[in-house]
Amino acid sequence: MTEIPEDLKYTKEHEWVRVSGAEGTVGITDYAQAQLGDIVYVELPQVGNSVEQFGTLGVIESVKAASDLFAPVSGTVTGVNEIIRDHPEVINKSPYDEGWIIRMKLSDPSELDVLMSPSDYKAFVQSLGES
Amino acid sequence: MPVQYTSILEEHRAVRQAAGLFDICHMGQIRLSGAGALECIQHVTTNDASQLQVEQAHYSLLCNEKGGVVDDLLVYRLHDTYLIIANASTAEKDFNWIARHCTQHVTLENVSEQYGMLALQGPRSSDILQPKIDIDLSTLAYYRCGHGHIAGISTLISRTGYTGEDGFELICKRDNVVALWHELMRDERLKPQPCGLGARDTLRLEAKMALYGHEIDESINPLEAGLGWVVKFDKPDFIGKDALLAIRNSGVQRTLVGMELMDRAIARTGFPILVDGKEVGIITSGSYSPTLNKNIALGFVPTEHSQPGTIVEVPIRGHLVQARIVPTPFYLRPRVRKR
Repeated sequence: MTEIPEDLKYTKEHEWVRVSGAEGTVGITDYAQAQLGDIVYVELPQVGNSVEQFGTLGVIESVKAASDLFAPVSGTVTGVNEIIRDHPEVINKSPYDEGWIIRMKLSDPSELDVLMSPSDYKAFVQSLGES
Repeated sequence: MPVQYTSILEEHRAVRQAAGLFDICHMGQIRLSGAGALECIQHVTTNDASQLQVEQAHYSLLCNEKGGVVDDLLVYRLHDTYLIIANASTAEKDFNWIARHCTQHVTLENVSEQYGMLALQGPRSSDILQPKIDIDLSTLAYYRCGHGHIAGISTLISRTGYTGEDGFELICKRDNVVALWHELMRDERLKPQPCGLGARDTLRLEAKMALYGHEIDESINPLEAGLGWVVKFDKPDFIGKDALLAIRNSGVQRTLVGMELMDRAIARTGFPILVDGKEVGIITSGSYSPTLNKNIALGFVPTEHSQPGTIVEVPIRGHLVQARIVPTPFYLRPRVRKR
């Protein structure tokens, strides 16, 4: 059964965001890392970059394919996880903890309302036929 | 065959270090019998099947009149018949091609559905298989085949494979192939890792083995794809011989090369190759190489730029990534000298 933590919000492109005040941490879900397979490279944004909700933040490359990483909410990138530059496989092993990808400052926290709750995301993943 | 059972990297490493088992039942199998079977094979393929001994196989190509590759395949000489193992997606095309070009004294049967095929590959393959089979594997040389029994299942076994490791390909009646799989998996302490399409591709790429539709297709001739060794110009006429002779005489315009990417990004099939800012070639296959811990690729470049050490560029998602042309294969398995 794919892991879906209760304290996160989710996107249709299988990103998650953990919010604390106006700061957010972003990564990809357990479902996404399983679909991608072994991740070998992540193209990370620069700290200071701004991004719109659902705009492209970067790219995650697995042996099979390259996949865009989209921003769950609008804001400015305040940090990137340096560990995954040399050890992208950490995303596969720990997609919600050690494998976090970027930190950002949210410009409009109300955008969180359009994201999926854990139970919505669980139903979404089940509708895709695998979980 | 799924893309992966657990992870492509895990499955790939299992084959390089121990053993993996591939379900390759999708492969095409064409049986040729009758007095004209050898003549037929000689006419449609580029390699010289008259050199095959009984229970020996070789890699060969079907070419068209222009010298383009219709398919790559294995030809097995058995006791009374020949067996051709073809790619799954081209098996029917191959059958129709051979049938069209061979009408005398040969019976062709597409037996793909009647048989199943598994590939056991890796340095421990022999350790896993020997206790289970009634023939002496130490006498089965590379590209030789034989008949044996595994758990009572009649099996055609060949010392062949698509990974660059020692290993065996096993053919049995379709009804028995599931039991054959389970038998090979039965010893908990010494069993192969199930491997899927993903690892199949990364393994063959490291060993610089062609994949039809990538390194070879009907618009590519064997000489430019580094497969000149499969073309026996001494053979009497075969389809494509004149065209290939002309190409050999004038020289190939483009050459298939191996490259190491000098970046973490992967160059994928169809990406262009640039030299001095100009698009001059194309990537045919590319992936991460678990054994080398580098990204590698195969592709065509103009022959004058094909020397190892040449630096080329590949645009990947908007920026130019450099790659160095390297000798191939990327990986060669360690050979143990027999005393």
